[in-house]
Amino acid sequence: MKALVLHLAVLAALAAMGFLLPPYHHGMMARVLVMAVFAIGYNIAFGYTGLLSLGHALHFCAGMMACGIAMREGVAAGPALLLGLAAGGVTALATGLLALRTAGVSFMIVTLMFAQAFHLALLYYGGFTGGDEGFPLPGAARRLFGLDLTQAGPRYAVALVLFGLVLLAQWGLVSSRFGRSLIAMRENEERSRMLGYNPFTTKLAALVISGLCAGIAGAAYGVLFGYVGASFGTTQYSILPMLYVLLGGAGTTLGPLLGAGLMAWLIDAASGLTDSPLAVIGVTLIGLVVFAPRGILGTLRQRGLKWLP
Amino acid sequence: MAAVILEAQGLSRAFGGLRAVDNVDLTLQEGEVHALIGPNGAGKTTLVSLLSGRLTPDAGHIRFDGQDITRLPAHARVARGIAYTFQITSIYAGLSVFDNLALAVQRSRPRDLTAAVQAAALRVGLEGELQAEAGALSYGHQRLLEIGMGLALAPRLLILDEPTQGLANGEINDFMTLVRGLKGTTVLLIEHNMDVVMALADRITVLHFGQVLASGSPAAIRADAAVQAAYLGGADAAD
Ligand SMILES: Nc1ncnc2c1ncn2[C@@H]1O[C@H](COP(=O)(O)OP(=O)(O)OP(=O)(O)O)[C@@H](O)[C@H]1O
Ligand SMILES: [Mg+2]
Repeated sequence: MKALVLHLAVLAALAAMGFLLPPYHHGMMARVLVMAVFAIGYNIAFGYTGLLSLGHALHFCAGMMACGIAMREGVAAGPALLLGLAAGGVTALATGLLALRTAGVSFMIVTLMFAQAFHLALLYYGGFTGGDEGFPLPGAARRLFGLDLTQAGPRYAVALVLFGLVLLAQWGLVSSRFGRSLIAMRENEERSRMLGYNPFTTKLAALVISGLCAGIAGAAYGVLFGYVGASFGTTQYSILPMLYVLLGGAGTTLGPLLGAGLMAWLIDAASGLTDSPLAVIGVTLIGLVVFAPRGILGTLRQRGLKWLP
Repeated sequence: MAAVILEAQGLSRAFGGLRAVDNVDLTLQEGEVHALIGPNGAGKTTLVSLLSGRLTPDAGHIRFDGQDITRLPAHARVARGIAYTFQITSIYAGLSVFDNLALAVQRSRPRDLTAAVQAAALRVGLEGELQAEAGALSYGHQRLLEIGMGLALAPRLLILDEPTQGLANGEINDFMTLVRGLKGTTVLLIEHNMDVVMALADRITVLHFGQVLASGSPAAIRADAAVQAAYLGGADAAD
């Protein structure tokens, strides 16, 4: 009950921000929401199931490119977004089938390699994918349910609706029996196996769900901000969702949003001091490891807010 | 005579040069409590790991309920009704007792999970600790939770690897009552406490250096000279 109220309150506050924020922060918040969707996907794999992937940029960028290329070829935004969703899921299934033969550090390296290979492939077939330069999506095509997504208001609304759906879906997932079996993989895989859970298929399912979130996030990013490109497939975009999740609290439903929001704010606030976002990211990571290894919400949960989902 | 539920033939498993399990035959009758005893390092845990699928045998066959399961992965054997409780307590230390039990209980897809978990907790006397973090329980209670998870799977064959290790006397008595009360479940019990073995077992198999030294009724095993020499005499004197 408390958890339901909390989730709805957060969504209501985000909706209110849509009316109150000045234009500059408006765009920034829409971006945060889309990245939070990506981070929720990462959270399902890493935070809940314990799968430390270093290659989630692949699924994000696959979703983005599938959607972007489809729109370039004349497909409407709605179906193109669904294509992006599917691309995220399919790439996660394909890479998961192979990567899940390994665990721990090998899993990290294999996922990193897959993402690297995908990025290089995007560059190699630059004629088709736009390569590093990428390509803009025509404003006329960026319409969804009659809304003009080149406008700040509709853009924020669509980002918020997408985020809200994914947030509630995540909550439903992790509080379900299946969600409990994901957490069980993270906590003690051998015990889970001896309770009759198939570790391979359970973790594969988690990766596919995670990839679907990453794919729709990538696709939405392209549609909302009007540009797609291979630069979203670099390692930086594998690290970002991990950082958001670690900062907000791995294995907490609201951690991805909190992490993405806080990070955006930090980089914005520090832009007067340095123009290297990577420096801010580095300092944040170190601070996190030293002061709050469980992230913000993870620490709060440990300190007494046990009901925090 | 009851039907055979599990039959192992010629099971062997070596670690390097060490033959931990060496050409072992074992037959379990449906519904019996079968004790597996033997000195430390005799290969008891290795043998039941072969049965539960945690290890694969170098040679031999296992039939469960009439079907060959030798190549079946562990999780699939659990689905067929073979449950294993670990000698070294293996619970979800970071999760609540409720979640620990629920992970076992939900395998059988009960309509009302909460009620089923409460019932599972009641069987092992943990009904008052459902919200506690499993890792914070006393050692004895963690053992009980481990047993409770095995029971909650409602298995046809329950393999208990030294379940009473670390339990207080009162808890051991409760455990014996619990095993006696199991209806229709076959139990394979690895146990060092001979009082528990003699009180519960319908039949006993003695393992020594990876081989079956003797197998039979408790009375026959007690009378067996080879067993006396290898194991029982010493253990009885120590107790
Ligand atoms: N994974 C392993 N790798 C190498 N050797 C092992 C392994 N597991 C068991 N052994 C060895 O195999 C032999 C049998 O071990 P096992 O654990 O089956 O004995 P046990 O009868 O269960 O003993 P205990 O009563 O101490 O639990 C021992 O000598 C042990 O050291
Ligand atoms: Mg043992």
